[in-house]
Amino acid sequence: MQKYKKILVLGSGPLKIGQAGEFDYSGSQAIKALKEEGIQTVLINPNIATIQTSHDLADTVYFLPITEYFVQKVIEKEKPDGILLSFGGQTALNCGVNLYESGVLKKNKVSVLGTPIESIILTEDRKKFANHLHSIKVPTPKSYAITSTKQIQTILRKPDFNFPFMVRAAYTLGGQKSGVARNKKQLKEIVEDAFSFSPQVLIEQYLHHYKEIEYEVVRDPYDNCITVCNMENMDPLGIHTGDSVVVAPSQTLNNYEYHFLRKVSIQIVRSLGIVGECNVQFALNPNPKNGQIEFYVIEVNARLSRSSALASKATGYPLAYVAAKLALGKGLSQITNQITKITQTFFEPALDYVVVKIPRWDIEKFKGAEEDIGSGMKSVGEVMGIGRTFEEAYQKAIRMLDLDLEGATVRRLLKNGKTLIQLLQKPTPKRMFALSEAIRKRMSVERIYKLTGIDPWFLYRIKKIVDEEKSIPSSISRLTPKKLRTLKELGFSDKYIGELVGTTGLKIRALRKKFKIIPSIFQIDTLAGEFPARTNYLYLTYNGTHHDVEPLKREGVVVLGSGPYRIGCSVEFDWTSVRTVTGLKKHKKKSIIINCNPETVSTDYDISDRLYFEELTFERIADIYDFENPGGIILSVGGQTPNNRSGSLKEYGCKILGTEPKNIERAENRSQFSKLLDKLEIIQPAWDKFTNTETALRFAEKVGYPVIMRPSYVLSGTLMRICHNKAELSKYLKKATVISKEYPLTLSKFVVDAKEVEYDAVAQNGKVLIGLISEHIENAGVHSGDATIVYPAQKVYLETQRKIEDVGRKLAKELSISGPFNIQFLAKENQISVIEINLRSSRTFPFLSKASGIDLIELSVDAFFNSAKPANFTPPRSIIVKVPQFSFARLTGADPLLHVEMASTGEVACFGEDLEEAYFKGALAVGDTIPKKGIFISIQGSRNKEDFLASVRKLKKLKIPLYGTEKTNKFLNNNGIPCNHVHKIHESKKLNVLHLFQQGKVDLVINIVNTDARKDVDDSSQMRRAVIDHNITLLTDFKKAKLFVNALHDKELSDLQIKSWDEYLGKP
Amino acid sequence: MIGKLTLKDGTTLHGKSFGYETSTSGEVVFSTGMVGYPESITDPSYRGQILVLTYPLIGNYGVPNKKYWESSQIQIKGLIVSDYIDTYSHHSAKMSLGSWLKKEKIPALQIKDTRFLTKKIRVEGAMLGKVLLKQNVDWYDPDKDDLVAEVSLKKPLTVGRGKIKVGLLDCGTKRNIINELVKRGVEVSVLPHDYDFSLGKRFHALIVSNGPGNPKRATPAVKAVQQALQKNIPILGICLGNQLLTLAVGGDTRKLKFGHRSQNQPCLLVGTNKCFLTTQNHGYVVSKIPKGFREWFVNANDQTNEGIIHEKYPIMSVQFHPEATPGPEDTDWIFDFFLKNAKV
Repeated sequence: MQKYKKILVLGSGPLKIGQAGEFDYSGSQAIKALKEEGIQTVLINPNIATIQTSHDLADTVYFLPITEYFVQKVIEKEKPDGILLSFGGQTALNCGVNLYESGVLKKNKVSVLGTPIESIILTEDRKKFANHLHSIKVPTPKSYAITSTKQIQTILRKPDFNFPFMVRAAYTLGGQKSGVARNKKQLKEIVEDAFSFSPQVLIEQYLHHYKEIEYEVVRDPYDNCITVCNMENMDPLGIHTGDSVVVAPSQTLNNYEYHFLRKVSIQIVRSLGIVGECNVQFALNPNPKNGQIEFYVIEVNARLSRSSALASKATGYPLAYVAAKLALGKGLSQITNQITKITQTFFEPALDYVVVKIPRWDIEKFKGAEEDIGSGMKSVGEVMGIGRTFEEAYQKAIRMLDLDLEGATVRRLLKNGKTLIQLLQKPTPKRMFALSEAIRKRMSVERIYKLTGIDPWFLYRIKKIVDEEKSIPSSISRLTPKKLRTLKELGFSDKYIGELVGTTGLKIRALRKKFKIIPSIFQIDTLAGEFPARTNYLYLTYNGTHHDVEPLKREGVVVLGSGPYRIGCSVEFDWTSVRTVTGLKKHKKKSIIINCNPETVSTDYDISDRLYFEELTFERIADIYDFENPGGIILSVGGQTPNNRSGSLKEYGCKILGTEPKNIERAENRSQFSKLLDKLEIIQPAWDKFTNTETALRFAEKVGYPVIMRPSYVLSGTLMRICHNKAELSKYLKKATVISKEYPLTLSKFVVDAKEVEYDAVAQNGKVLIGLISEHIENAGVHSGDATIVYPAQKVYLETQRKIEDVGRKLAKELSISGPFNIQFLAKENQISVIEINLRSSRTFPFLSKASGIDLIELSVDAFFNSAKPANFTPPRSIIVKVPQFSFARLTGADPLLHVEMASTGEVACFGEDLEEAYFKGALAVGDTIPKKGIFISIQGSRNKEDFLASVRKLKKLKIPLYGTEKTNKFLNNNGIPCNHVHKIHESKKLNVLHLFQQGKVDLVINIVNTDARKDVDDSSQMRRAVIDHNITLLTDFKKAKLFVNALHDKELSDLQIKSWDEYLGKP
Repeated sequence: MIGKLTLKDGTTLHGKSFGYETSTSGEVVFSTGMVGYPESITDPSYRGQILVLTYPLIGNYGVPNKKYWESSQIQIKGLIVSDYIDTYSHHSAKMSLGSWLKKEKIPALQIKDTRFLTKKIRVEGAMLGKVLLKQNVDWYDPDKDDLVAEVSLKKPLTVGRGKIKVGLLDCGTKRNIINELVKRGVEVSVLPHDYDFSLGKRFHALIVSNGPGNPKRATPAVKAVQQALQKNIPILGICLGNQLLTLAVGGDTRKLKFGHRSQNQPCLLVGTNKCFLTTQNHGYVVSKIPKGFREWFVNANDQTNEGIIHEKYPIMSVQFHPEATPGPEDTDWIFDFFLKNAKV
C-alpha cells in the first residue's frame, strides 16, 4: 500500500439539477476516511453551504471554482501527492480528466487515486465504451454517434434501425438535452438542441417499456467485487433515473435475472479495473422472447453518483467511505463494517425492509417550463421512504415530499383539465396520482400497464391501497382496531384516515393509541438481523411488534432536519442541522436527527447519536417524541418545514428548545407581526389583506404602484409577483384562485430602487449575541435566495447599519428570542423598513458563519441551553460574495428572468480582496465564462440605456465585437461605440439573434429588461430561452451586469488570488 | 384463517395463513436472502425445518416451471414471511406461491414481525417450533433423524453424457450441482447416500452433495465417503459434503447457534486477500480440521471454517454452495478447479 501525505479532493460545486447534495455526502465521507489514515486533505469546493467545507473536515479548504485553471493553481501551491476525482460528481471528473490530458497532473507528480483515469475516459466516450462492452460480449442498445445534423439522413438509412429513437448529447450530466424522437421532425429538433451542448450526439434504439435496473458495484485493488445494492425503477426505461420512482431492492426480478445482471455488472467493473465504486444501469425486457434473458447496458458511471448515495442510505453501507479507503489501497475485507463493528465490508447487505425513493420536482415554480418528464432530469431533490410493505414505504415517501400530499390516493393534483388517459400516458410529476385514480375508476391493471409501462406488480400494490381505502367506514365510531391496524400497515396517515371518516388526525391518533396501535422502531443493520448491530440508523413501521432500541429519554435532544431539497431549501439547512448535532455534543446531549432526504450528510450513519430516517410530519415526529421522551426538540435549524411544526408540537406538549412557539407565531403571522412593529415604531412597507378585488385595487391606488401580490395559498402557476399598474393587477385578480374569502390575498407596497439588506443574528433570552449585516447586489424585487449577497456590507451607510442593529435588538427583546434569527430590510436613502423576520436559521447561516469564522449554529445551541457568551468579533478584512446557481438549462421552456419567487437551485461563495475579485471568482464558479468571441447587448428602456453606457464602454478592453438589435445598436452607435446590428428573432431575417447564437458568435448576453413593461418582457423571453439553450452566459439584472463588467474590466484571471479559507480568515 | 407459530420456549405469534391449512412442526431457522424463494424452499438441505424469510415481501414473481426448482418438491416443513404477495408479476410465473404451497400441502403464515423471530433465533439459537392451524402436533427435532436417508435417491441415476464420469453422492443434492457438472461435459451418476463403492463401478471423481441435518446422524454417507477415499477417488464436498468428508477422515463438526442461511456470506481464500461472496445454508460446521488437510476457506465475518483441502491429494470440500441458486455465482470456479486437480 502506497503512503500518501497530502490528498486533494475535488468537490462538485454549486447544487444544480442533476448534481446536488449527494456529493456533499460522498465528499464528506471521503475526507473522513482519509483523515483516519493520518493523511492531510485539501478540498476545493466553492459551495459554501456544504458540510464538507466545515472547519472540522478538510485540513485546507479553497472556495474556488472547480475549473482546470484554479485546480492547477491550487496543485502548484499545495503540492499534493494524490487527487480524488470520483467524489465530486461529473464536475470533478471532467475537470480531473482535462488536467490529466493536459499533463498538469503528471508534471506536478499527482497520482489519481482509485479507478485508473484511462477507464474513466473510456466510460465517458459512448462509442468507445460501447465497443469495449461488445468486446466482452455485453450488449448495448444499437446506437450511432453523429457530429453534424447532416448525418441524420445517413442514420435513417441504416438497416434494422427504426423509430422511435432515443437521442442523447454526449458528455453531459444527468441526461441533459436528450429525448425520444418518434418522427423526423422531432429527431431533427432534439438533435439540433443537443448539438448546442455537445459536439457529439447519439441516436439510439429506444427500448419501449423495458425495466430499468441499477447495480452499485464495488471493487478493491485485489479484484474482490461486490454489488452493494440493486435498484429497480418503478417507471420504465425512458424516464431519467433521477426522475423515476426507485425501489430497493428490486421487486420483480427473480433469482436468475437478479444474479445474471449482478454477474454482468461485476464483469464490466472488472474489465475496467475500477477501484472503488461504479454504477451500472440495465434495460431489461419484461417479456423476453423464448423466456430467456434480454438486456442491454445503458449507462455506467465510474464514480460515486446520486444512485450510490441512495444505495448507501437504502442499505446502511457507507459506500463513499469504503470507496475512499479502497482508493488508498485497502482491501474490502480489511475495512470494518461501520454499522455492525464486528463484521467487515466485503459482503452484500441483506435488507429486511423495502425503500422507495420519490423525486421532488418544483417545475411549476418556473414560468413557462414544461411539466413532462423524460430522459433529461428535472427534479430538484428526493426523499426515501422505508417500510416493511411496499405500500407503507411508498405512502411515507409521498408525504415526505412535503407538498401537503397525504398519500398515494390524493386527487388534488389531477384537477387540471387533462384526461386520465393523458395523465397516464405522458409522464409528469402527477402521474403517480393518476395511477390510483385510474384504479379507483376501475381501469384494469393490464390497461394501466399498457399505458404507462409500470409493472403490474407495482400497480397491484397501489390497488391494494385504493381497495383498502374504499372499505373505510364513514364514521370513526365504526373504525375497528383490525381495520385501523391494516390501514396503518399500508402506510395511511392519521390525518388522511381522519379526513376519510370525517374527523381530525388527532382524534385518530387518540383512538389508535387506545387500540394500542403504535409503530415499532426498527434498525437498519445491513444484515437483516443476522448479527447484532450497534447501529443507530432507525425507521418506524407498523409491520412489527417490538422495538429494536431503548428510548434515550432526558439525555436525548431531537433535531428536525430539512426534508427534501427543493427550490428555497437545500444543503444550507443540512449544514445547520449537522452543526447543531455537533453543538449538542458540547452540552453532553445525545442528538436524535429526523430527516428523510437521502442526499444529505445529516442522514449519515455517524453524524448523530440516533437517526430516524422518517417523515417530518406532525404524526411521525410525535410518535418519535412519545417513544424517546427526550429532553427537548430543536426546530429552528432545518428551514421552514420544521418551523411550521412549532404550533402543533407545542400543543402536543413537546418541549421546544429556543424561542417560544407563541413568539414564533407572533413573528410569522403577518397581522400580529405588523401590530408588533407598529408598537415598537419600526417602519414596514404598507400592506394589507384582501378578500375582494375592489378593496385590493383601492389599496393599490392609495399606496401607489408597484405593489407585490402574494396569494396566501400557493397553487400551481399562481405565484407571488410585482404588479406595476392597475391593468396588471386587475388581470391577476380576475383569476379565481388568486383571491377568495377562504384564501385572502396580501398586497404590499413595492419600493422601487431600494436596497435589500439581511441581518442574521443569534440571541439568548432576548439579548443579541451577534448580528451580521450583508447586502444584496440586486435591488429589491429579486428573491433573497436568488440574490448576489456581499459580506461585509459595502454600500450600506454606517447610520443605516446602526439603525438595523437597533431594530434587531428591539425585536429580539420583544420576541424573547433564544437562538437563530434573520431579518430582511429594505434600505433607501438611510431609511430602513422591515420586510420580514424568521425566527430560525436562515439560508445565509453557513455563508456568514464561514465568512466571519464564527459558527452561528454552535452559538445558537449554546443559547438554547442558556450558556452562550456574546461573541467577541471583528469583521474580516476580506470580502465574500455569495452567487446563486440556476438550472434553467434543464427546464425546457422556462424563462430565466428573475422574479420575486426564488428560482435558483444552489449557490457558491468566494473570498476576495475587493468586491470585484470575490464576485468574479463566484461568477466563474457558477459556470459564467469570460467572453472571448462576442457580446450581445439588449437594454430596454432609455434610462437603463443611459445608465449602462459607462459599463458598455468598459467592455472595449476585451477587444471583441458587440452585437445589438435595432434600438440598442442605434443607441450605442450614436454614443460612438461600434456595434453590429442583428435582427430580432421574430424578424426572422438573416442575421437574427438566433443565428448569432447558433453560429457561436457570442459567449455573453446582457439583457436588461424593463420589468414594468410586461410586453417587453414577453417579447424577449424567447431570446433569453435561446441563450440558455445555447449554453451562453446571461446577465439580466442591471446591477449584477454592471458588477460583472467591472470585474471583467478591472481583473485578469491571474489577479484572482489563490488563498485558502484559513488565509482569508487570518488563521495560521 | 389465522394460525400461530409456537416456539419450544412458549413464544407464540399469530399470522394469517396463505399455504395449506394443516399443522406441522420442525426446527425454526431464518434465511436473509432477498431473492430465490422457489430455489430455497425446494432445497433438500431445509428438510425438517420451518423457514423464516427475513426479506418481508415474498411471492412477488410467483412460481416458475419445475425445471427451475432445486428438487422435485417443496422441502421445507413450513414457511413464515412478513408480507405475502399473491398478485405476482413475472413472465416465467406459472402460479402463485400460495397455490403452490397449498398444492404441496405445506403450511405458511404471514407473521408481521419476522425481525423479532430472527433476533430471537440469533440470540437463543435455532429452536423447535410448530405451525398450528388446526390440530395440535408433536414437536419434531430433525437433528435426531438421519434426514439424508429420507431425501437421497434410492437407485443410481445417470445424467448427461461424456468421457468424464463423476459420481455424485446424493445426500439431498440441489439440481444445480448436477447442472453445473453436465454443463462442463461431465457424465454424472447420482448415487444413493449409502452407495457401496466396493461394487466395482469406477468414477473419475466424486462429489459429496449438500443435504439436511446433523452430519453425525448420516453414518451410511460417511461410510460411503470412506470407501471412496480408499479407492483413491478425488473428492469434492459441498456444504454437508464438507462436514461428511471431515468426519470421514477424523475431523469433527459442531452445531452453530443459528447457522448460516443467506446469500451474502463472505469467504476468504486462506493465505490470500481474495474474498468471495457465497450462498450458504447450514446449521453445522467443521470444528476440527482433519490431519493432512488445511483450512481452505474461512468465513470473514465469524471466522468459522468454510472449506478444507488436502495437503497432497485432490480431496477438498467447501461449506458454501458454488452452484448458487439462489445467490451469487462467484464461486462456480470451484467446479473447474476441482475437475482440473482431479486430472479428469
